[in-house]
Amino acid sequence: MSDSKQSTEKVKDSSNGTTKPSSPNADLKLDFSSFWDYSSAPESRDKVDIQEKYGHFIGGEFIDPAKGRYMKSINPATEEVLTEFAEGTTEDVDKAVKAARKAFNGPWSKLSAKERGKYVFRIARMIQERSRDLAITETLDGGKPIRESRDVDVPIAAAHFFYYAGWADKLDYAFPGRKAEPVGVCGQIIPWNFPLLMLAWKIAPALATGNTVVLKPAETTPVTALKFAQICYDAGLPDGVVNIVTGAGQTGAAIVDHEDVDKIAFTGSTNVGKIIQKSLAGTDKKFTLELGGKGANIIFEDASIDQAIEGVINAIFFNQGHVCCAGSRLLVQEGISDQFVQKLKDRMETLIVGDPMDKNTDIGAINSKEQYERINEYLEIGANEGAQMYQNSSNLPENGYFCKPTIFTDVSQSNRIVQEEIFGPVLTIQTFRTPGEAIEKANNTPYGLSSGIWTDKGSKIFKVGQETRSGVVWSNTFNKFDPTSPFGGYKESGVGREGGLHGLYPYVNLV
Amino acid sequence: MSDRIDVLKTYKTYVAGKFPRSESGHTYAVKNKKDKTVANACRCTRKDVRDAVVAARSAFSEWSSRSAYNRGQILYRIAEMLEGRKDQFVEELELLDIKKKDAVKEVELSVDRLVYYAGWTDKISQVFGTVNPVASQHFNFSMPDATGVVGITSPQESPLLGLISTIAPVIAGGNVCVVLSSEKYPLPAVSFGEVLHASDVPGGVVNILTGYQKEMIDHLSSHMDVNGILNTNSEKNIRKQIDENSSLSVKRTYHLTENNWIETEHENPYYILNFQEIKTTWHPIGV
Repeated sequence: MSDSKQSTEKVKDSSNGTTKPSSPNADLKLDFSSFWDYSSAPESRDKVDIQEKYGHFIGGEFIDPAKGRYMKSINPATEEVLTEFAEGTTEDVDKAVKAARKAFNGPWSKLSAKERGKYVFRIARMIQERSRDLAITETLDGGKPIRESRDVDVPIAAAHFFYYAGWADKLDYAFPGRKAEPVGVCGQIIPWNFPLLMLAWKIAPALATGNTVVLKPAETTPVTALKFAQICYDAGLPDGVVNIVTGAGQTGAAIVDHEDVDKIAFTGSTNVGKIIQKSLAGTDKKFTLELGGKGANIIFEDASIDQAIEGVINAIFFNQGHVCCAGSRLLVQEGISDQFVQKLKDRMETLIVGDPMDKNTDIGAINSKEQYERINEYLEIGANEGAQMYQNSSNLPENGYFCKPTIFTDVSQSNRIVQEEIFGPVLTIQTFRTPGEAIEKANNTPYGLSSGIWTDKGSKIFKVGQETRSGVVWSNTFNKFDPTSPFGGYKESGVGREGGLHGLYPYVNLV
Repeated sequence: MSDRIDVLKTYKTYVAGKFPRSESGHTYAVKNKKDKTVANACRCTRKDVRDAVVAARSAFSEWSSRSAYNRGQILYRIAEMLEGRKDQFVEELELLDIKKKDAVKEVELSVDRLVYYAGWTDKISQVFGTVNPVASQHFNFSMPDATGVVGITSPQESPLLGLISTIAPVIAGGNVCVVLSSEKYPLPAVSFGEVLHASDVPGGVVNILTGYQKEMIDHLSSHMDVNGILNTNSEKNIRKQIDENSSLSVKRTYHLTENNWIETEHENPYYILNFQEIKTTWHPIGV
């Protein structure tokens, strides 16, 4: 409590050092500590089996890595080692690509589209059957609240397989005037923020269109991918159709550079995306990139304020802000900004930060030590840039990597905390007067993944939505996902779409 | 024979709806197939590329927000203007020693190709857009939207048809472009600028530079305000350079090399789609 009180007392106009006029209650913080204490409601991990050690899944078998090296996956909420997993080398990747090629040239291509689709349906069902196990594993491995892995990650992952399964024998209807052929062997590299869900986004359309895959999960969250490998095995999927190779950046690079890979799909940071795009230069490999974002969430004066507050909370604090399409820049119309920011602060006080396994928890653990340090670095950068920081007054657990929900006011468009993706529960707040100014500010970053528009006026939604340069526009809502809905960025937020009919394109050659 | 001295044409560039000379102050000799100099063309370099990108970016917002119907009409207008100047283009192609029969065919196909893409402008979002049946209570739809500034390296051969086959799908989708014309045969490209100028195409939507592609490709493909590249240059190291430069700002880059532009496969809505972003909009359903 005391820390954050100090921070609110420092509300000064950074330009001339005088106190800024604001509402008389600006320094008051709502105190919920007396009656907002929930009894803890931890999810049990008793029935969840996580092996001490995992190998790669190649050619339908779990095998030891060629070089015999393993890495550790840490539970970020406790800093304890959860499991060990293989560190993939060039040899492992080569073996996986060969297995994928063999399956592509063999049983997988011979299978009729209808039967192929039925395998994908089978996978969808098995994810549903094992949903509790997968949800708990996801939370233990990645630190996200159990409520979220249970209600968002796992069900939507299953839904992706279910959706794309049905496409397998209907591709003739998807591309007017053209016939779709599979691309071949797809190399897929996924991030740690939605491990199983990103796997589903990648593997479901690839299999439905008749490709085989080599997928590398992130090095901090490999376990659900390995459990998914078991699902492929149990579903009787032909050997080599899905191969999971674990490891860090070098393993990913080995996939990108392998000459027998036909297509690369990558989700992750814009920096790494650019490196991948560069290393694919001069080759015929297809690629899709889902990269970073700095989504603007625009609140107009005529918006329903209470709904918008919930939307802002969901936009930036969902999944600890580890969301590429997070609404990390709030743009509030000037006339309501004082009131809005005060309400936002009040709502932030009710957020529960802590044990991800507790069903009450809103904000879980930061995924890794590395990310934790990066976020803290940005908090310092923000302070050094003259912005005013405000955090809620949660008591953070002693162990593990946790970050209080944070907002920055008094920021300007050129500030690094406004331009760069932080990938944490950190929101910057700017104001605007006219819709034109809001659009200008919203578009003024190298990114273009998402934007939010809050207003009760339909025509304004369409006008602003048309002019924001982003692949997803959430109007009067935020951070909604569905397998039928294409997702992907403009500008430096990536190339290509995942999800929906448009998500089929990257996995086919049109003839 | 009359004693009249012919008035020779000075070939300039087409940028921002104007016809400036190259900032470089240099020209290069355009030769016909018998190696005889028939004209001089501007030898554009870095500064010209930059100016053209600025011009294109300034035109983008207006062009992309024009109605699809209006863009279709303007593309059709280009076709009309080209049809009216058929003889001039045939002569210009003949000047380069392209046979009359082939020249006529190339110009006619060029006109038809413009008409083809003119008709797509108001259909592309109907054919390639979707309404998505999401499981939650939301109305959700996805529509194609222009990518932005596209750099085009025009084919060396088919100097008019190749040029138009690359420009038309790009601007039909609401993009603006900076075009490096055929290096060997730049004259039809410059004259096509005059057609565009007379066709209600807003200045800056199409910008045409002449010169050595090698001297411009690096600057065009590494420009941070260019969103996509359509390359027809088949040289391997140029292709690689374009790809590498594209990664600097995650450009959408497509290579259409070694093509016979006469073939109807180049009338292709997927060429439009290459430079479209799919934008998905969500809105809650409720009372």
